[in-house]
Amino acid sequence: MANAATVTKASSVPKRKKDTQLRQITRRLVKSKTAMLGLVVLLIIILACVFAPLIAPYDPNYMDYSALNAGSSFAHIMGCDNLGRDIFSRILYGGRMSLMLGFTVAIVGMVFGVFFGCIVGYYGGQVDNIAMRICDVWMAIPGTLLAIVISSALGSGFGYTVLALSVSGLPGSVRGTRAMALKEREMEYLEAAKAMNCSKMKIMFKHMMPNIIAPTIVGTTGQIGGTMMSAAGLSYIGLGIQPPTAEWGAMCSSAREYLTKYPHEMLWPGFVILLTVLAINLLGDGLRDAMDPRLKD
Amino acid sequence: MWRYIVKRLLWLIVIMACVGVIIFTIMWFVPGDPAQIILGAGATNEDIARVREQLGLDRPYMVQLGEFLINACRLDFGESYVYGIPVIQEFATRLPRTLGLGLISMFLNIIIGIPLGVNAAIHRNTIWDQGVLVLAMVFISVPQFFLGLLMVVLFSVQLGWLPPFGISGSYPTWMYWIMPVLANSLSGMAMNARQTRSAALEMIRADFVTTARAKGLPERTVIYKHMLPNALIPVVNSLGMQLSMVVGGTVVIETVFSFPGIGQYLLTGVNSRDYPVVRGSVMILALFSAVITLLVDLVYAYLDPRIKAQYVNYAAKKGGAKKGGKK
Amino acid sequence: MSEEFLQIKDLVVEYSSGGQIVQAVNGVDLTVKKGKTLGLVGETGAGKTTIAKSILRILPTPPAKIQKGEIFLDGQDLLKLPEKEMMKVRGNKIAMIFQDPMTALNPTMTVGDQISEVVLQHNDYTKQQAQERTIEMLELVGIASVRYMDYPHQFSGGMKQRVVIAMALACNPELILADEPTTALDVTIQAQVLDMMRELREKFNTSMILITHDLGVVAETCDDVAVIYAGEIVEYGTLAHIFRNPRHPYTLGLFGSLPKLDDDSKRLSPIHGLPPDPTNLPDGCKFAPRCPECTSECSKDQIMLEIEPGHFVRCCKFTAGGAPTAAKTKKRQPASDIGRANAGQNKRGGV
Repeated sequence: MANAATVTKASSVPKRKKDTQLRQITRRLVKSKTAMLGLVVLLIIILACVFAPLIAPYDPNYMDYSALNAGSSFAHIMGCDNLGRDIFSRILYGGRMSLMLGFTVAIVGMVFGVFFGCIVGYYGGQVDNIAMRICDVWMAIPGTLLAIVISSALGSGFGYTVLALSVSGLPGSVRGTRAMALKEREMEYLEAAKAMNCSKMKIMFKHMMPNIIAPTIVGTTGQIGGTMMSAAGLSYIGLGIQPPTAEWGAMCSSAREYLTKYPHEMLWPGFVILLTVLAINLLGDGLRDAMDPRLKD
Repeated sequence: MWRYIVKRLLWLIVIMACVGVIIFTIMWFVPGDPAQIILGAGATNEDIARVREQLGLDRPYMVQLGEFLINACRLDFGESYVYGIPVIQEFATRLPRTLGLGLISMFLNIIIGIPLGVNAAIHRNTIWDQGVLVLAMVFISVPQFFLGLLMVVLFSVQLGWLPPFGISGSYPTWMYWIMPVLANSLSGMAMNARQTRSAALEMIRADFVTTARAKGLPERTVIYKHMLPNALIPVVNSLGMQLSMVVGGTVVIETVFSFPGIGQYLLTGVNSRDYPVVRGSVMILALFSAVITLLVDLVYAYLDPRIKAQYVNYAAKKGGAKKGGKK
Repeated sequence: MSEEFLQIKDLVVEYSSGGQIVQAVNGVDLTVKKGKTLGLVGETGAGKTTIAKSILRILPTPPAKIQKGEIFLDGQDLLKLPEKEMMKVRGNKIAMIFQDPMTALNPTMTVGDQISEVVLQHNDYTKQQAQERTIEMLELVGIASVRYMDYPHQFSGGMKQRVVIAMALACNPELILADEPTTALDVTIQAQVLDMMRELREKFNTSMILITHDLGVVAETCDDVAVIYAGEIVEYGTLAHIFRNPRHPYTLGLFGSLPKLDDDSKRLSPIHGLPPDPTNLPDGCKFAPRCPECTSECSKDQIMLEIEPGHFVRCCKFTAGGAPTAAKTKKRQPASDIGRANAGQNKRGGV
């Protein structure tokens, strides 16, 4: 009995400490009105897209030939596109694609970034030098350009687009985590871990990684917006996701021809991208300030 | 400093060679046979084989790669499969436009973005500051193509002030440049403003700024001589990345405004599997971006004595004391 | 010239952050005599640096605001000077040496330029003359003139502090505000820097306010001492008064927190508790919650009492009738020991 008591006591102490830090960050985050606004808007958009089948009044590919290029009405609140498809429904379904793209690319980038960043940061020296030179070469081709070339080589579709965007974004995230890992490397707790004969793997992924992961998540949140914009851009220029699949960028692209007469076909999906990215960026900013209140004035 | 510049120039050549290998390799895996595309759907297998031989596409990877790299050194990227015109010839007319679009956009990014950020920081927490922050946030969140389209709807369709696309026509030539340049530079401007603002705010509280005030210097001197050069260091450091994004952005912008530059050329090449066009365009855009990055790094080294000292005093330090530096 | 070279009267400084108001300095009176050094002793956050920055009017406003008070330099109220006149005082008549030499220098300017900048600002020198003056100052603090063109990152901490000192002295100021000039330095370097500062001060007959929490440094350098707690002066007197006859419980506590060489007791007697929350200071004596001799009198506002000529204490136990004498005498003994011990160790201090 006594043993159990001491165990619970011992384990409760560090847990509570961790909670307070997390709670502090949460409290600061909740306090920030703009971040909360971003969060609420983002949640509404995500939920609307997830439950698209329940909310959308039409099938995204159903063509109503009596409503070609129709403006807003009760039947079609955002109007219809040139093939008589309901824009609101297409935005809901397209959002699934756009959001998935943004989040998947960000997560893939984060996972590989942290993995390689930890290794490079841990070994430092020559390994670091070589890795950074590779990143330099990689980054010499502007990200958009590399994504265009890769996705033209691979073809369109969700998987290929994720691959193209992740590959072009990877050196950036490796650099970010590597810088953090290098800083961690100098910390004394790592010296202590080394002195205790921890294996390299254990030091890298059990000691270094947890310290790097929180700021990386914050950074990644800030990047999701940018990734979604790149994805939409790719679709807009005819790569990435292609019609008839609904996707916000692709919707803007096919509405381009009817811009003069029916601008609403382009404006609606464009505004939804803007709104989503804005919400993500506001949340990302708020998170960053909450993590490091020093940065805020 | 010369040592540093020479070193960086050599590195630029290495980078461009690597870019060449990467681009060639990616294009190697592109599905779809250019010979098929040139000849159209009705071509026989013999015709295709003949064209492949003519184009040299039947040779091994290494041979083709070597030929591409050697020719690229002479800026010879081959002839377009589709039009039969040498790629370099197209560049002669298209490159100045893309360079113009890119350079003007970069110039505006810096010349408007950074002072806006400094101003916002100096007048922090005023309506002016908040306004800059809100606008910057919005412009960072607008996809470039959408911003371009919005401008077209507003300024061309609704107001009729500016031509919606193209490069020449019934309007004065300069008017064709306004929207592409703005659409390409507003987000970068916003990023610069935000970053400069937060860097400047960090510096306003720095000890050495207080020291400068305690010396009895006028506020102007404190800001422009002490705070600003230090605040600009992180800004310039990330400027290379950001300006290379402008180069990528021109591809999208040229599509939006049907602006006949390298980016548009690249995309037509992508769509028609026109390898020489794609490779040439990517190489030239990557070179553009690499040169800009190099220039930014030189400015950075000039601004930050901690970097400069590694190279300026290199000889005096009797070498080897410092291992090259991080960048 | 009046003997009171610098005189601070009833200085009140407040910081406002997030709707909360923090009383950083709470009615401080101080005088510094010509050519003398005043030690300002207290814990971190007691308001020492705020006082120094108020004198130069370089407090970050907002959030800080000088609510009331007067600061006379040579009979002239600095707080009423127009900004343009004030600029002529800063760096010229009054110079400040900052706490952390690592961050006090501009990393993008050569140290020479940073010094000659202040010389040029306050003198009608040509660039050439300013450079000569700068080299003279660098050599004065023991830095070779070839290092004029070096950047701060090429200097060690102690050398940087020398640069800061050279910068402060470049215009022959009449008053130096030294804000913990040695805290960030190694002990050996500390002694060097202090020695140098004393020599320079004697040479130019400069007055100085030395801010520190190191009683050893005070014993070595100061003529007068003011002990400050939570924005208030709690004890004020000559070095001998404070070291030989400390009276305020807080001062006694400070001495009790020092290890003594000639004492065989195993434990220090530190001050218990923490400094009060500056947003919510207690009424009456600010030290009462931590005071071992606290009585009901302590909840009233405390006034400064002159307990011997030139020795002031802000504590109710010295008001007529209300003195818990037993406790006082008991506490006093070890403290005066340390005073003697310190004076013994630091013969140069001239105690």
